[in-house]
Amino acid sequence: MSFDALAAAMADEPEGAVESIPYARLLGARYRIQGDAVELVAPFKSALIGSPVPPRLHGGAVAGLMELGAVAQLIHTLREEERLPTIKPVNVTVDYLRGGQPEDTVIGARIVRLGRRIANMNVEAWQGDPDKPIAAAHMNIMLGR
Amino acid sequence: MIKAAMKPVINHFMKNVPHVRALGMEYSNMGRDWAEMKLPWSEDLVGYPGADGERGVIASGAIFALMDTVGGFSVHAARRSAGNHATLDLRLDYLRPARPGQTVVGYSKVKKLTRSVAFVGGYAHDGDRDDPLALMNGAFMFTKGAKA
Repeated sequence: MSFDALAAAMADEPEGAVESIPYARLLGARYRIQGDAVELVAPFKSALIGSPVPPRLHGGAVAGLMELGAVAQLIHTLREEERLPTIKPVNVTVDYLRGGQPEDTVIGARIVRLGRRIANMNVEAWQGDPDKPIAAAHMNIMLGR
Repeated sequence: MIKAAMKPVINHFMKNVPHVRALGMEYSNMGRDWAEMKLPWSEDLVGYPGADGERGVIASGAIFALMDTVGGFSVHAARRSAGNHATLDLRLDYLRPARPGQTVVGYSKVKKLTRSVAFVGGYAHDGDRDDPLALMNGAFMFTKGAKA
């Protein structure tokens, strides 16, 4: 499972749409590199709605964005490696903390431990205020080197 | 009987939830404490593009969305109502990639219903339920309206 195309785009431009992954295009995901950190931003669009009245984001869409955010952060952290390892999620647990409003969503991911074969990550999703996350996830990701 | 009672809820849900439509999810089946939904392969769902001309693998995030949705449906089935609930937490173990081109089937069963929480477990497969591609566990909390 190679993310070489996304890695190449991220090496070229500090921000942009995640064009190379169809599912990321469906969600409207964009990356934004800030130093060593990468944020994934999903401008609001109606395709993300999971509960129409009142409008709330689908939990699965938020989880999907969080997985993409974790992958983008890993790619950026591993950018100096000669070859980007393959990246495969082993498991993901999402806690839903607040209803997702019909607003832009931002994802931030932190690598808790980077091993040779496994990256353990904490991921948060927020809208406006990073201190009020709408969801928090932890993930184990398998790296193939 | 359950299905007849739930039919309007199901139809309304499938027609009016934009994300369910965007991913192309389909209702499959439902019983007294379980539900099943399908996610046909489509190019839009690909998270791991294939080599030139080959079909890619469905994104794990799309499978998470399927399992969140079918988990919620199983809670409706067990409660025999369209009452509101919110996902408290959901965990997926990704056992293997979904086979490119195959429809993914998500199954969820309510293991325990309390006054305020439903505990669910389930799995996803792509044709053979003895060869699951993901395992799911989660908890749904009952709410009066949508989560603020």
